[in-house]
Amino acid sequence: MTPQDFSTVLPEVVLAVYAMAALMFGVYTSKDKVAPLISWATAGLFLALALWIGAGGEGERAAFGGMFIDDPFARFAKVTILISAAAVLIMSQDYMIRRDLLRFEYPILLALSVVGMMMMVSAGDLMALYLGLELQSLALYVVAALRRDSVKSTEAGLKYFVLGALSSGILLYGASLTYGYAGTTLFSGILSTLDHGAPLGLLFGLVFMLAGLAFKVSAAPFHMWTPDVYEGSPTPVTAFFATAPKVAAMALLARLSWDAFGAIPGDWTQVLAALAVISMFLGAVAAIGQKDIKRLMAYSSIAHMGYALVGLASGTAEGVTAMLVYMAIYVTMNVGTFAFILSMEKDGRPVTTIDSLNMFAKKEPLKALAMLVLMFSLAGVPPMVGFFGKFYVLKAAVDADMIWLALAGAVASVIGAFYYLRIVFFMYFGKETEGVESRMAPAQWAMLVAVAVIMVAGIVNLFGIQPAAAIAAEALVR
Amino acid sequence: MENLLSIITFIPAVAAAILALFLRGDDAAARRNAKWLALLATTATFLVSLFVLVGFDPANTGFQFVEEYDWILGLKYKMGVDGISVLFVMLTTFLMPITIAACWEVEHRVKEYMIAFLMLETLMLGVFCALDMVLFYLFFEAGLIPMFLIIGIWGGKERIYAAFKFFLYTFLGSVLMLVAMIAMYMDAGTTDIPSLLAHNFGSADMQVLGVHIVGGMQTLLWLAFFASFAVKMPMWPVHTWLPDAHVQAPTAGSVVLAAILLKMGGYGFLRFSLPMFPVASDLLAPLVFWMSAIAIVYTSLVALAQSDMKKLIAYSSVAHMGYVTMGIFTANQQGIDGAIFQMLSHGFISGALFLCVGVIYDRMHTREIDAYGGLVNRMPAYAMIFMFFTMANVGLPGTSGFVGEFLTLMGIFQVNTWVAAVATTGVILSAAYALWLYRRVVMGDLVKEALKSITDMTGREKAIFAPLVAMTLLLGVYPSLVTDVIGPSVSALITDYQAALPVVDGTQLATN
Repeated sequence: MTPQDFSTVLPEVVLAVYAMAALMFGVYTSKDKVAPLISWATAGLFLALALWIGAGGEGERAAFGGMFIDDPFARFAKVTILISAAAVLIMSQDYMIRRDLLRFEYPILLALSVVGMMMMVSAGDLMALYLGLELQSLALYVVAALRRDSVKSTEAGLKYFVLGALSSGILLYGASLTYGYAGTTLFSGILSTLDHGAPLGLLFGLVFMLAGLAFKVSAAPFHMWTPDVYEGSPTPVTAFFATAPKVAAMALLARLSWDAFGAIPGDWTQVLAALAVISMFLGAVAAIGQKDIKRLMAYSSIAHMGYALVGLASGTAEGVTAMLVYMAIYVTMNVGTFAFILSMEKDGRPVTTIDSLNMFAKKEPLKALAMLVLMFSLAGVPPMVGFFGKFYVLKAAVDADMIWLALAGAVASVIGAFYYLRIVFFMYFGKETEGVESRMAPAQWAMLVAVAVIMVAGIVNLFGIQPAAAIAAEALVR
Repeated sequence: MENLLSIITFIPAVAAAILALFLRGDDAAARRNAKWLALLATTATFLVSLFVLVGFDPANTGFQFVEEYDWILGLKYKMGVDGISVLFVMLTTFLMPITIAACWEVEHRVKEYMIAFLMLETLMLGVFCALDMVLFYLFFEAGLIPMFLIIGIWGGKERIYAAFKFFLYTFLGSVLMLVAMIAMYMDAGTTDIPSLLAHNFGSADMQVLGVHIVGGMQTLLWLAFFASFAVKMPMWPVHTWLPDAHVQAPTAGSVVLAAILLKMGGYGFLRFSLPMFPVASDLLAPLVFWMSAIAIVYTSLVALAQSDMKKLIAYSSVAHMGYVTMGIFTANQQGIDGAIFQMLSHGFISGALFLCVGVIYDRMHTREIDAYGGLVNRMPAYAMIFMFFTMANVGLPGTSGFVGEFLTLMGIFQVNTWVAAVATTGVILSAAYALWLYRRVVMGDLVKEALKSITDMTGREKAIFAPLVAMTLLLGVYPSLVTDVIGPSVSALITDYQAALPVVDGTQLATN
């Protein structure tokens, strides 16, 4: 390891070392009593790293002979991951303390999974890809089962683990095929092999790896685990699942497609387009019958991943930009929505049924208004920012001559609008019954209101994320 | 003042934001403040919009007060008005203060109510001013949200059913329009409306899935836009959401719905369908004519059978919108002038009629026609005003209702006599249902016990009607106020339209 390499991976090293140190600190001091402290410190470190990577990074650097790549694309994804992880950590604090869930391992496990995500988006090699992915997943398997005494939570953890292991297996199989036919695990090496044509084995490898990653982004038809895991995990963990890991997996998908297989976009865009269409429709249709808001959000995230995949399936730089913008918007919306879901309770117990929101607007007009904005934004109704995300990916698809894909996206958005509308319906026009209470910690309240304001104010210039995403996409698509 | 259009568009939005952020509490003082702030903002919007009217040069057929900025995702923020849109802007700014004043008696969640109306005004103005297709779509679609809430929260008994019907009907139409917009962007490479107006969309016949399509791409795009605008308008047979929405909406909601929101459909036809797809418009005009003619006769007959006052007026709105669609697609000067005139005049008249219903509804809390009778004995001023607008609705010469109907009928007579003949019967039918309604509600002896103590209109109510009466009369006796402003733009539109039609045997094909 040269000093050059070291300085390139410094943020990851800092975070990993911090996680170890915090673990020691927790074990040798008073264990769970220091949990809030470690939570805050971890969130603070996430934000500091985001600032460091976002403001400090420049140009493109590769470390360890091309296995680790630091470029604008990786930085964009990392900043998104870090900020959303910090937001989720901060807003879940209150919930976990009151439910007596806050173990000191929780923030540390999140920190480790974030290290894994940062590795994923910077991967320049199949080994690095797998390392990052597994680090991320293993940490998440544990947090899914955080509430050990709850059957549902344990079940969620186990389900996630078994299916996750299966997908890792598929991915590994694809990776080994790819290695067998390309003779190298380096992305740049695979790319140059493709100059002499694409052997069938390599294509098989590609398809298997795409399937493995589709599992991680929960794109249909590899989505089966999502609703159960979302429902069973403690809500803060669900909030985390819905945000940072999705960005990381989507970014990894983009990186693998472009960096390793960028020479044959025609072969993987079809696969991604098919995944996109199935996800959009499945997410939209299956969510209609849901009664639990966490399950509903699971299907909603499946549909949203479909839209992000539309961007990627366009096979253009504009498409990658659109995907990044979409993911940034998606993550923001989910942070706000989960800040609200975290606060839903009745007699001190968390509730997640949708009909418990009856006439919520009467009790808490401001929160209801914020949720209204978020729901319309998730549905992609203008003028909320969510519309621009959808518009941008559809535009990218049209520009890439994939009109049918754009059409499918437009149709699915109408179907999808229905269930978001249903939440608004309950909150504003529902029956007068004993409904849910919303006890919000200041952090959750601030998060919810801030996100709602962003969804409306963002129409001015989307806070400049589009130029940043465009630079990131330029770096990836050459 | 180069940002004049943006200023008038966003004054209400700013007021809504102030209300949402700074007004606390729900006591009487807060309610009063909310109402006054809303009234102030809408009045200010109206006053500022007068600058647009004064500064507008009717002889210039291009877009005026244009402002253009780069916006996100390669889109442009572009606003501007021409002769066709400027009067819709004025109509909106003129009616909004009246609407706000009309809901002075609302006591249920006043702050949210005012916010919804202010946002609605911003969005409606945006629709009429937008010069970028995506911006137009944005405003067009977003208008659904406040209207959905207005019907759903402040409406009557069946409000939830009505709100959902309203939302899903119009949303479905709009999504088809969005798809068409994507296709247009593909073809023309821009979303700029003036550039799209100059662009020739392909009209060669084509095959889609084995179906032969005359007029090719234009026909498909035209149909997609038609799906959206026809629902908004609303045209027979997709009008069924309107009576439900009207009956359930509060008075002020009905006024906005009938007077302004419906005009978005007509404006859309004039801005997109007719000038951008002339070949398809020419091809499909007979379809529109017959749909309009059926609408006029059928909904007039349905209106005769109504027992709910608001439903009756809602059906009469559908009938009057039939004249508008008919006039637009005649593509001659009288027809289009008449259509625009009819939309403006219908804005005043239908708004006033819904307010008339609101006046007695506030007192008796029922809209059943049978619950009334002989009101003239207790409410002479009300009887007077209701009479005036009933006559205007029928199209009595001297009121603005006459001019619009007459011009559109004159326009249609030049292109299709049969449709003209059928549509003219609508004039008689409208007299039948409007006068019969008047007779049942106002005339006769006051026998019903509940009505014996009803009071006449208050000063506030009279003040609300005064500007509407003035405008209806003014436009009725001096219609050139309107036609002078819209005339040049309309004739430019017709010239372009005729030029775009294919030449067959040395003559233009614009014969329908």
